[in-house]
Amino acid sequence: MKKDEHKRLRIDNTKKFYNVVFIDLGELAIFTARVIRQFVSPPYEHRELIRQAYVIGNKSVAMVALTGLIMGLVLTMQTQPTLVQFGVQSLIPGMVAVSMFREVGPVVTGLICAGKISSGIGAEIGAMKVTEQIDAMEVSGTKPLSFVVATRVLATTVMVPLLVFFSDAFSLIGSYLGVNLFESMSFELFMKNAFDMLGFMDVIPATIKSVVFGFFIGLIGAYKGYQAGLGTESVGQAANSAVVNASLSIFIIDLVAVLITNLLTGN
Amino acid sequence: MIEVKDLYKAFGENVILNGVGFHLLKGENLGILGKSGSGKSVLTKCIVRLIEPDFGEIKVLGKDILKMSLNELNEIRKDIGYLFQGGALYDSMNVRENLEFPIRRTQMASNKHEVNERVEQALRSVGLLDAINKMPTELSGGMKKRIGLARALILRPKVILYDEPTTGLDSVTSGEISELILKVQEEYNASSIIITHDMKCAKIATDKIKILENGTFLTEGTYDELSKSTDRQIRAFFM
Repeated sequence: MKKDEHKRLRIDNTKKFYNVVFIDLGELAIFTARVIRQFVSPPYEHRELIRQAYVIGNKSVAMVALTGLIMGLVLTMQTQPTLVQFGVQSLIPGMVAVSMFREVGPVVTGLICAGKISSGIGAEIGAMKVTEQIDAMEVSGTKPLSFVVATRVLATTVMVPLLVFFSDAFSLIGSYLGVNLFESMSFELFMKNAFDMLGFMDVIPATIKSVVFGFFIGLIGAYKGYQAGLGTESVGQAANSAVVNASLSIFIIDLVAVLITNLLTGN
Repeated sequence: MIEVKDLYKAFGENVILNGVGFHLLKGENLGILGKSGSGKSVLTKCIVRLIEPDFGEIKVLGKDILKMSLNELNEIRKDIGYLFQGGALYDSMNVRENLEFPIRRTQMASNKHEVNERVEQALRSVGLLDAINKMPTELSGGMKKRIGLARALILRPKVILYDEPTTGLDSVTSGEISELILKVQEEYNASSIIITHDMKCAKIATDKIKILENGTFLTEGTYDELSKSTDRQIRAFFM
């Protein structure tokens, strides 16, 4: 009897879990469709879009640059001894460039942006909901989905790839500094070696991936903020949930992107 | 100005409005009293369709707002000012930008000079012209409500909805806000619905009071009439 009860409870909990997951995914899909519709339907919120892009870029650029610099430096310092053993230390610039542009740059920058930007958007929109600012916008004839959400999602979609490029550039500077800790190499030669190894298929898929990262970082932050309840506690929950879900989405998108790229390139 | 008939709203099994109906006449200040959770705020939010009622009819300026498209609704919303409980000022904008926002969105002013004139007039009406460049974080609770009221007035609405205008304020400031509601009503010749549980505010600012209890109106009358009532439920509000 006890065993049956336990089994029934487990089935109920599993059902509840799947219900929550699928309802949440369904609501996110509807929210995504509504946001995308705002991208193409007037009024176009140019001023707010530029302001958001500035805020998002400005907020993250220092962090992203520093992380890129350190990643480049660390990658160089860790691989240098092994490559020296095989006498191929001249490959370091290219190796760092390929790994940063292809994978490390977009993913690490994506995770930083998920932590900084997505949580910020979740908390900001959550607080706007709690303090009735979203309602006040609706009453004044403004579509909050267009003014508040679409602008932020579009801003992250544009700014995250730019931040990824910024991070990649600083990683090369970090790597250059790392190489010069052990031996002397001119900046021109370092950059030539780096860009000689970089191909079209290293940069383009990663850039497309960064655009998708940016879209989901903004979208998940906004969605969680919009879902916030009426208490102040829900603002913290929205921010927290935004970080967790946006970070998870980065890894899932990365996996899908690698599978698609490999399929296209026949690897 | 506003006509509400048989309005029902439930959240799950919790019935909030159970067949509410009333008329708001031109130039009238109607107070709606009720305990916390009695559905006062839900009622005002239904009037501007921030919350969709389950059944009923709501006519604003003769038009049935429940049958309107979003664009038509936004048109009619220009004639309704709404003062939210906490003011609901946009944190990222200063006072001037907060007031300019509805004007720009609705394109109610043709040039910058007219926008400035409207902003200054609304701020003068609430006595806070010198706060024009301040951010919401620099304002006290009472000032936020005044600026919220100025923003509600900026489109020169025909109807103003006040959602708990004096909640969270000290008695002096809440008295000032109540006087201000009266002054604004005279200056703008607007009709008002004042949701409150502050009896001082109800006494100063309303012409007629309706008491909302368990999703329906218990009674109605002027402040003086209701204050003399011998009904235990009504007397409880005047204790």
